[in-house]
Amino acid sequence: MSAHDDTLAAHGHGPASGNDHGHGESEIHISLGGYVTGFVLSVILTAIPFWLVMGRVFEQSSTTAMVLLALGAVQIVVHMIYFLHLNARSEGGWNMLALIFTLVLVVITLTGTLWVMFHLNSNMMPGMHTTKTLP
Amino acid sequence: MADTFAPFTAEGARPHEAPPQHAPAQPAALRFYMTEEYHVPNGTLLGFWLYLMSDCLVFACLFAAYGVLGRNYAGGPSGAELFDLPLVALNTSFLLLSSITYGFAMLEAQRGRLGPTQGWLAVTGLLGAAFLAVEIYEFAHLVGEGAGPQRSGFLTSFFALVGTHGLHVTFGIVWLVTLVSQLRRHGLIPENRRRLMCLSMFWHFLDVVWIGVFTFVYLMGVLP
Repeated sequence: MSAHDDTLAAHGHGPASGNDHGHGESEIHISLGGYVTGFVLSVILTAIPFWLVMGRVFEQSSTTAMVLLALGAVQIVVHMIYFLHLNARSEGGWNMLALIFTLVLVVITLTGTLWVMFHLNSNMMPGMHTTKTLP
Repeated sequence: MADTFAPFTAEGARPHEAPPQHAPAQPAALRFYMTEEYHVPNGTLLGFWLYLMSDCLVFACLFAAYGVLGRNYAGGPSGAELFDLPLVALNTSFLLLSSITYGFAMLEAQRGRLGPTQGWLAVTGLLGAAFLAVEIYEFAHLVGEGAGPQRSGFLTSFFALVGTHGLHVTFGIVWLVTLVSQLRRHGLIPENRRRLMCLSMFWHFLDVVWIGVFTFVYLMGVLP
């Protein structure tokens, strides 16, 4: 997707968009095809997880969980590209930079929390193992 | 433009910019400083994107809390017993459909057609309201069953996460109604187009968050 061409194209669009000066509002050229592609992909990527869980396709739930997370990640990327019109050049790259920074923080938050709390859980409850062995 | 703000000296302001290779021909047009404050083009959209990113961090924290507490049932009902997946699928399709109808509204706005824009926005709002109605029904059902937010850590984090998302959708609908009335009053002026873009980002962002919710909370919650 070429943002530069789209930017140029957006200026000649319709009678109402000719008055953007500096604070242009229609820099992002959107197309029906992009939305439909994103929608179809999203429907597929939504239907598969529900089918996997409701149809109990996999025996092991860990397998299902991994596939679910992978499909969710793919669908988020699809939404970012086709619905949020994100690319490396929108807003001069600052959008993407902010997103990458946020993703780093999100990953640190999620993995850090889960990691710490998992170990805390398993270390703080020694009583659980001893009571199980009692008659 | 040339004489708007020129109190700064050429040497002091930005010494590293504009090497004077083409300057000697016209000394009058020689400028080593910016005569206007620099504004990022589309500053509003960038700022709104930064807001969305900070909102993303809020949801990351809520997801992390759910990840920690999501299996602490405290002897209460589990996700597998509570979640009604067909209802969640219905809700998901409402939100997904509302995303593409908002896209249609944006396309009509790009063509400069006011009426269809408002129409698609109205459809989007109705789909969002349907989503909210289903979610409120689900919450009321859970609370009625005695599975309210105070029942267990799992339910506390569940209500916090899904409820925050629902609140976002609620305020998105408030914004949508406001925007439609502004469109009716002023038409597709640049300001309204900018607002339309911002709400578009907000709405699609909520859909992105919902992907995480239905994957991580509902579908993974019912796994054995």
